[in-house]
Amino acid sequence: MRYQNATAYRFLAPYLLIFAIFWVWPIIDSFMISFQATRTVPWRFAPTFNWGRLIGDPAFFNALKNTLLILVIQVPVMITLALVMAVLLNSPLLKARGLYRFAFFAPVVVGEVAYSAVFRLMFNLNFGIINKLLNSVGLPSVDWFSNVTPAMALIMIAVTWRWAGYNAIILLAGMQSIPEDVYEAATLDRVSKLRQFFFITLPLLKPVIVFCLVLSIIGTMQLFTEPFLITERGGPGGGTETLGLLLYRQGFRSLNFGYASAVAYTMAGLAIAITLVQLWLTREPK
Amino acid sequence: MSSLSSARLGRSIALHLFLTPLALIWLFPLWMMVVFSTMPDNGIFSPGIELLPHGNFMDNFNNLQRDTDFVGAIGISVSVAVTYTFLSVLLTSMAGWALARYRFVGKGVVVAIILGTITLPYAVVLIPQFIMVARDFKLANTWVALIVPPLFNSLGVLFMRQSFSMMPDDLFDAARVEGVKEWRIFLFVALPLARPMLAALAIILFLASWNNYLWPLLINSQPGSMTAPVALGTLIGLTKVSWGGIMAGAVMLTVPMLVVFVLLQRHFIAGIAAGAIK
Repeated sequence: MRYQNATAYRFLAPYLLIFAIFWVWPIIDSFMISFQATRTVPWRFAPTFNWGRLIGDPAFFNALKNTLLILVIQVPVMITLALVMAVLLNSPLLKARGLYRFAFFAPVVVGEVAYSAVFRLMFNLNFGIINKLLNSVGLPSVDWFSNVTPAMALIMIAVTWRWAGYNAIILLAGMQSIPEDVYEAATLDRVSKLRQFFFITLPLLKPVIVFCLVLSIIGTMQLFTEPFLITERGGPGGGTETLGLLLYRQGFRSLNFGYASAVAYTMAGLAIAITLVQLWLTREPK
Repeated sequence: MSSLSSARLGRSIALHLFLTPLALIWLFPLWMMVVFSTMPDNGIFSPGIELLPHGNFMDNFNNLQRDTDFVGAIGISVSVAVTYTFLSVLLTSMAGWALARYRFVGKGVVVAIILGTITLPYAVVLIPQFIMVARDFKLANTWVALIVPPLFNSLGVLFMRQSFSMMPDDLFDAARVEGVKEWRIFLFVALPLARPMLAALAIILFLASWNNYLWPLLINSQPGSMTAPVALGTLIGLTKVSWGGIMAGAVMLTVPMLVVFVLLQRHFIAGIAAGAIK
């Protein structure tokens, strides 16, 4: 095949133009802004101004701690749940498959604002249906919004509800691309279903699981809407403030773009580091 | 044989006994959204357990419209999502076509960069994007600001590249022998063949635009230029606000998408699963 540079780039041009203006330049710009003091006019170059503040800022470490805590608990729980959903939805024994699929996949189309509003009402202290149901089976009400631990749990529950089905869709597609005869051979050899899952499905699904993990980690790393809307700007008292929320507060409430850019680059650094570790841990043995 | 089938029956029952409660839990927030949207505010904030819809939806909707111009915001959301979907499908499939069907200098670099952006948090570009669009281009509170910056997407391009590269060469070579220009081959041969994939892509992009929150919240914050999720979000957390109204708005944002999801489930799932298909 001969080179067709002109034709190819003509097709790519509009896409690459958007990419250059709205991604490539901002990535560079963001890095440069993080080395500037941006609350003076004009902005001035001050290499340690934001980064120096960052490493001594309790608000930053609080947001970092919360974000990592959510990441470490919520992502594995959700991926495990998504895996369970996918395996069971894939079972030939399942009747009314469409209804179950609808139940698990429906949250995928629900917007963040709509579901945040519902979760706020459902978990209301005195009038929320969740506490009413807890009371009806003899359990005490939980104050989901005034205590840090329940508030964090609520954020994790909400995010898991919203995204488990999304991951289940990807995992299910991955499972369905595993050839049927592998399982038939295993069944003939009287390998139990459970062992088939651990010794056939899981290893063959590994790249897909890694893909889901990476997407989920990047997503949770930037968590913003849920602590913004459900727990009311990261409440109680910053107990659910995430890096995404800190960035929003610093960048768009205090208009401190330099500091917010430093926070953004910390998020990017963490995301890249975690992704690399992930890829390294799950690398194919040579 | 009978013991085998009774074992299967037992397994099937266990499966349904486990999955049914889980499915009900998963449907519960959506069901409660509908129930809340039909209840008066003093009903939502009352001690009783209410699990069935009432008849107050229209009152709630009127309260919502009193709190914020939600119908206007829905109009903006629909127009923006339709325009965005059309432009993004066009850009994305053109780029996917080039990556799938031509050999050119720098192809590996372009693909590597696109793959790299998947793992890059959007937060990194957010602030410069905002400064550029709001301060330098002076486009805050316009449709252009809502539509153009989100046009870049990486998974969509990879999906379209995959779709186009699976098509047999002969189809296009026959046209080339006839002297048909490349852009006509793309428009009139390749795109019609890719219709199911384009549908999947369009649905996912429409949904992304419809539900987009952070960027529209930042860039279109003036009343009258807000999208529907942003307009609804401004009400959450206010003290004197109709929660029945907020729920009516949530239903109006959600139910149309659920209907689309049910009707076009196959395309929907194909679009989301695209990332996993190698």
